[in-house]
Amino acid sequence: MKSGFPLYAALVAGLLVLATTPLYADNYVVRTAAIVAMYGALATSWNFIGGFTGYPSFSTAAFFGLGAYVGAICQRHGIPMGLAWAIATVVVAAFAALLGGIILRLRGHYFAIGSIAVVELCRLVVSSWSTLTGGGDGLNLPLMSWPPEELMRFFLFVMLAILLASLIATILVDRSRLGFGLRCIHQNEDAAAMVGINTTVYKIAAYTLSAMFCATAGAAYASWTGYIDPTDSFQIVMTVKVVVMALLGGAGTILGPALGAAAFVLLEELFWANFLDWNRAILGVVIVLLIFFLPGGLLSLRALRRLRAAKIGGRE
Amino acid sequence: MAIYLQILSNGLMLGALYACLAVGFSLVWGVLNVINMLHGSFIILGGYLTFFAWHLYGIHPVAMLPVVAALMFALGFALQKLVINRVVSAPVLTTLTLTFGLDMILYNAMTYWFTATPRRITLDLGAVQLGSIVLPVDRLVGTGLALAMTLLLYAVMRGSSIGRAIVAVRMDRSAAELMGIRTDRIYAITFGIGALMAGVAGVVFATVFPITTNVTGIWLGKAFVVCVVGGLGSVPGALVGGLVLGLVESFAGHWFGPQQAITAGFVLMLVLLLTRPTGLVGVRGYE
Repeated sequence: MKSGFPLYAALVAGLLVLATTPLYADNYVVRTAAIVAMYGALATSWNFIGGFTGYPSFSTAAFFGLGAYVGAICQRHGIPMGLAWAIATVVVAAFAALLGGIILRLRGHYFAIGSIAVVELCRLVVSSWSTLTGGGDGLNLPLMSWPPEELMRFFLFVMLAILLASLIATILVDRSRLGFGLRCIHQNEDAAAMVGINTTVYKIAAYTLSAMFCATAGAAYASWTGYIDPTDSFQIVMTVKVVVMALLGGAGTILGPALGAAAFVLLEELFWANFLDWNRAILGVVIVLLIFFLPGGLLSLRALRRLRAAKIGGRE
Repeated sequence: MAIYLQILSNGLMLGALYACLAVGFSLVWGVLNVINMLHGSFIILGGYLTFFAWHLYGIHPVAMLPVVAALMFALGFALQKLVINRVVSAPVLTTLTLTFGLDMILYNAMTYWFTATPRRITLDLGAVQLGSIVLPVDRLVGTGLALAMTLLLYAVMRGSSIGRAIVAVRMDRSAAELMGIRTDRIYAITFGIGALMAGVAGVVFATVFPITTNVTGIWLGKAFVVCVVGGLGSVPGALVGGLVLGLVESFAGHWFGPQQAITAGFVLMLVLLLTRPTGLVGVRGYE
C-alpha cells in the first residue's frame, strides 16, 4: 500500500479519458465530461474538510454560488475572464477563512446546521442586494462568440484544470504535516489539541481549501452558462449532492471523491434520460442504498482497494 | 402604537405555528441525535392529506386532525423502525444524508402525484376586531390548534410512562437501557411523534398558507432556527424558539421589508449558535 503507483496511473488514465472526449464523441458527451470534471473538483474540495477533518460541512453551494457571483460581477465590470476567475477564487477563499474562524467553533450537528444556514443566508443576501447582484432577476454575463464545439472544449479543459489542481492540492496535503494534523482532528480533536496541533488554524486551512476550488469552478460555470440567478447558484440539493459523491467514492481518500462524482453524474444522466418524472426519487434510493450497503464508498470494494493510497485512520 | 400591537399579535400567532412546526423536529434531534431532513416534507404531506380530504370529500380540517396524526405517526414509526434505526448511532454525516435521501423520494412522489400547484383551504371565517387589532379567525383557530397540540405533547411527555421513557433515553441512553427501556422502540415512537407533530402542523398550515412541495425547504429552515433558538429536545424550548422567531420575523418584516424577515431569522440563529449553543432555555450538557 505504500506505493502510490496504482493511484497515479488511475488518476492519469481518468483525466485522459475525460480530456480526449472531444476527439471521438459528440458535444453531449463532452458536456457530460465537463460536468464530471466540475463535480469532481467540488467533491475533491469538500474532502479537505469533510473527509480529512471529519467536519460535516454542507456549505459547498455557498462557495460555488459566491464564486459565480464574484466572477460575474467582475466580468460585467470589464475585467477579463481569467482574471475574474482568479479574483473570485481569492475573494471566496478569504471569505471562507473568516467564516471558518467563526463557525468552526461548532461541532457535529451544530456545525452541520450552521454550514447549511450559510448557504441559505448567502442566497438571501444575494437575492435582496439587487443593486449589485440584480436580485432575483439574476445576472447576464458577456457572451463568448465562439463556435459551440470550441466553447465546450474550452470549458472541458478549464474544468479539468480545476479538478487537476484540487487533486494535486489533495496529494500535497495528504503527504504533509497538515494532512496528518487534519486526520488527528478527525480521530479526536481534543487529543490532537493536547499533543500540540493548532486545531483552529488547521481547521481553517482545511475549510479555506474546501472553498477555493469551488469558487473557481463557480466562476467558470457562470462564464460557461452566461446567466446566473440566486436560486440556481445556492442550492442545498447541490451541497448534499457533492457530499453524497464524496461518500460514494470514499471520503478521506485521494481519488474517491472524484471517482464518486463521475459515477454519480453518469447515473444522474442515465436517470434524467430514462426516468424524467422520477429521477430525484431514484437518486434518493441511490443515497439510501449507498448508506446501507456501501458505507465505505466505492474504494472500499475489493477490486478498487489498491487505489486507496490514503485512508483516514479510524472511522467513527 | 396601534401598528406595533398589530405586529406583536401577528408575531405571536405566527410564533405558535412555528412552535408546532418545530417541536417534532426538536424532539427527534434531541432524543435520537438525528437531523431529520424529512421534516419539511412531512408537514407538506400532512397539508396535502388535509387538503384532498376537504376538496374531494368535504371533510373539515379539524375532523382530519386525528386521522392525519394517526397516519403520520404510523409512517414515522415504520420509517424509523425499518430504516433509520439501522444507522441511528452513525455520525451526523451519515444520518443527515440518509434522511435527505429519503426526503428526495418523498418529495418526488408528492410532486409527481399532487403536482407543485399551490393549494390552500379557504374557510372564510372573517375576522374579529380587538380594539385596533384585527385578527383573522382562521388564523386564530390555527394558532389555537397549534398551541393546544403542543401543550398536549408537553402533557404526554410529562405525564405518561412513554413520555418519561423518552426523556430518560434522551438524558442517558445506556442508563435507560439498564432500567429496562427498549431504546429501539422508544426511538421509533419518538420519530413517529416527530412525524405526527409535523402532520398536525401541516393540517393547520393548509388553512393558513398555500401547500406546495416548493416550500418544504422553507419550513425545514424554520425548524432549524426554532431548535437552535429554543434549545433542543424540549417542548418549552420549541415554544420559546417559535414565539421568538415569529416576533423577530414580524418586526424585521415591518422595519426592513418582508424579504428580510427570513434573513433576520437565519442571522438570529447563527448568532445564537455561536453565543449560546444550548438555546435560550436549554441546559448545558443536554445538546
